[in-house]
Amino acid sequence: MTATSDREQMAYVSAQAADARVNVELDTGDMTLNIGPQHPATHGTLRIACQLDGEQVVVAEPIMGYMHRGYEKLCEVRTYPQCTTLINRIDWLGSFANEVPFILAAERLMEVEAPPRAQWIRTILFELSRIANLALFLGDMGVQIGALTPVFFAFRDRERVLNQIEEVTGGRFHPNFDRIGGLKDDLPKGWIEETHAVMIKMRTFCDEMEDLLVGNEIFQARCRGVGVIPSDVALGYGLSGANLRASGVDWDLRRDANPGLAWNEVDWKVWTHPDGDSFARYWVRLQETREATRIVDQLLGGIPSGPIMAKVPRIIKVPAGEAYLSTENPLGEMGYYVVSKGDLGPFRVKIRTPSFNNISVVPWVMKGVYVPDVITILGSLYFILGDIDR
Amino acid sequence: MSLLALAYWQETGIKLGLALAVIPTTSLVLVYLFLFKMMAFMQSRLGPNDTGPYGSLQLIAEAIKFLQKEDIHPAQADRRVFRMAPVVVLASTFLLYVVLPAGPDAVVENLDTGVFYAMAVSSLSVLGILMAGWASANKYALLGGLRAAGQLIAYELPLILAVMGVVVQAESLNLQRIVEAQATGEIFGFGAIGNPFILTQFLAFLIFMIAAQAELTQTPFDMPVAETELVGGFHIEYTGFRFLLFFMAEFGTAFAFAALASVMFLGGWWIPGFDVDDNILNILGPGVMLGKILLISFFIFWVRFTYPRLREDQLQKFAWKVLIPLALANIVLTGIFKVVF
Repeated sequence: MTATSDREQMAYVSAQAADARVNVELDTGDMTLNIGPQHPATHGTLRIACQLDGEQVVVAEPIMGYMHRGYEKLCEVRTYPQCTTLINRIDWLGSFANEVPFILAAERLMEVEAPPRAQWIRTILFELSRIANLALFLGDMGVQIGALTPVFFAFRDRERVLNQIEEVTGGRFHPNFDRIGGLKDDLPKGWIEETHAVMIKMRTFCDEMEDLLVGNEIFQARCRGVGVIPSDVALGYGLSGANLRASGVDWDLRRDANPGLAWNEVDWKVWTHPDGDSFARYWVRLQETREATRIVDQLLGGIPSGPIMAKVPRIIKVPAGEAYLSTENPLGEMGYYVVSKGDLGPFRVKIRTPSFNNISVVPWVMKGVYVPDVITILGSLYFILGDIDR
Repeated sequence: MSLLALAYWQETGIKLGLALAVIPTTSLVLVYLFLFKMMAFMQSRLGPNDTGPYGSLQLIAEAIKFLQKEDIHPAQADRRVFRMAPVVVLASTFLLYVVLPAGPDAVVENLDTGVFYAMAVSSLSVLGILMAGWASANKYALLGGLRAAGQLIAYELPLILAVMGVVVQAESLNLQRIVEAQATGEIFGFGAIGNPFILTQFLAFLIFMIAAQAELTQTPFDMPVAETELVGGFHIEYTGFRFLLFFMAEFGTAFAFAALASVMFLGGWWIPGFDVDDNILNILGPGVMLGKILLISFFIFWVRFTYPRLREDQLQKFAWKVLIPLALANIVLTGIFKVVF
């Protein structure tokens, strides 16, 4: 600074220093906000550690394991029929759907196949638990963004589906009904007509949700363009189920890798949405609920007659071998990798749960969103805590 | 015209006592009617029905529950500010009741600047909410408090601007004058029902109701409370009676705003067919006011139970880009019509 006089230089230097001081003093720093483990939006004990700049999220990291119950290990000290008791409690809202892939994997190892009637009833119960599970999501998403009423409608109408499940299996949430080689019991009398009526009710419920939420401007403003997951990212993080289909990937294990259940006997459609945002995830699940009622309606019409149990020994010993089998559960791909050494129980069970992978996209998708959007995204990704920590 | 031949201090004492009693009573009425019963029926639930006839004693049970709760101060809290905050919020509600007229003489203080006073006093509650959010030493409470501050400041403006239309038309800031202006007004020469300003100031009424919804932090604009994200926001750390104060203030203010709306837009306490200064209106007026207030509260709570919540930035955009320009246009239009006719 040769051209400036001392006085100007001093003024310049002191101005720089003042600027620096202001910058130092006004450096607000990031605030760490722990959403959870005790928080209504986490449906349990998930913890999202957020670095906030004002209301904007800089980094969000999901921390899990607060509800780890060691099911994989516990399965090793139980016999095959006993394992289903634990497996019921993984995704506790659609529990019959959890049993099916495990039982199918065991059946594949034993080279047993359930009779057609059992397969059809399995499929019906599978879809009923999908409806019960997704119905709650459809209402709960409203609560996440502030509308209280839909969730009460969801609880009211889900109860009808649970009643139907209870009438067959004896359990609302934990049926423990699937057996290797078939099912425990046959359908009760008059159940088919009742279920038809319930399916009509559920379709009305879907219309209600469409009126209350999907058509609502505030809902759209809160969900459209929020938490966009492009299809390549979705595939990269191993998302599955409706989260993947909402990103425009046409992938459904019920259609693509049918493990022998009755889905390919009926006419149904896999719904996808190109946007990949929270609204798309809600919309896809809404359509899937409708589709599931259609599947159930068609299946109820054509249940084949015959036995519901194949010939299996009274004490089940599974021959040595390995099998991995996954189905399209309400939350996404749920798979069981069963290793058997020829004992009464499995040697090792590895459970692939959809929510665990679905939640792994959180750090990617939550960069730069606002705090209310964190809740919207968490709600629309739809995880169940038992499904993350099993 | 004096209501009774009492000394000034006696009359003031009675009026203040009434106003003090009215806040808990009105908030109880609103909570029972709307929060308990209407919400329950809208959501296909029954609502309370065991305690007393139709569950009407449930409120007493709830109040007793709140009184029994332990009074917890967070360890890091600024204790004095923490204790003061609910009182400040409730004081703002209480001061609002001072100018609400329920009859020609049934008003605590007939201020000439009634509207101005009501608007000024109602914005005091922001102070209490900020105090609560800051003093709780809780990140959720802090976020809630700051959101409340931003929101209430943004919505104060459309509220005041909407009211300006009414003031221009009534040519007075006095709430009693506004009622009289509606009572003596005419619609195209037909004066039997007066001229409730909702007819000529419908836009202002809409803006007022939307802004009031935000001012009351009711659902489309309830981000400061936001149970599912901020878990209660600024009152997250409050328990027992201190929480009850916040709760009472919320519903007391809802009642007061419904009263303001019915005074300014629905004709207030006046009944068609009576003279404006008829003494009987001091008796009938409160009943008429109550009916109108419940009608307006019904809309406030109906919206609350139906809509999801907006996001903070969307709310600000809505206030500055939609409501304020509309309110300004309303004032200009009102002014033009006032001059032309």
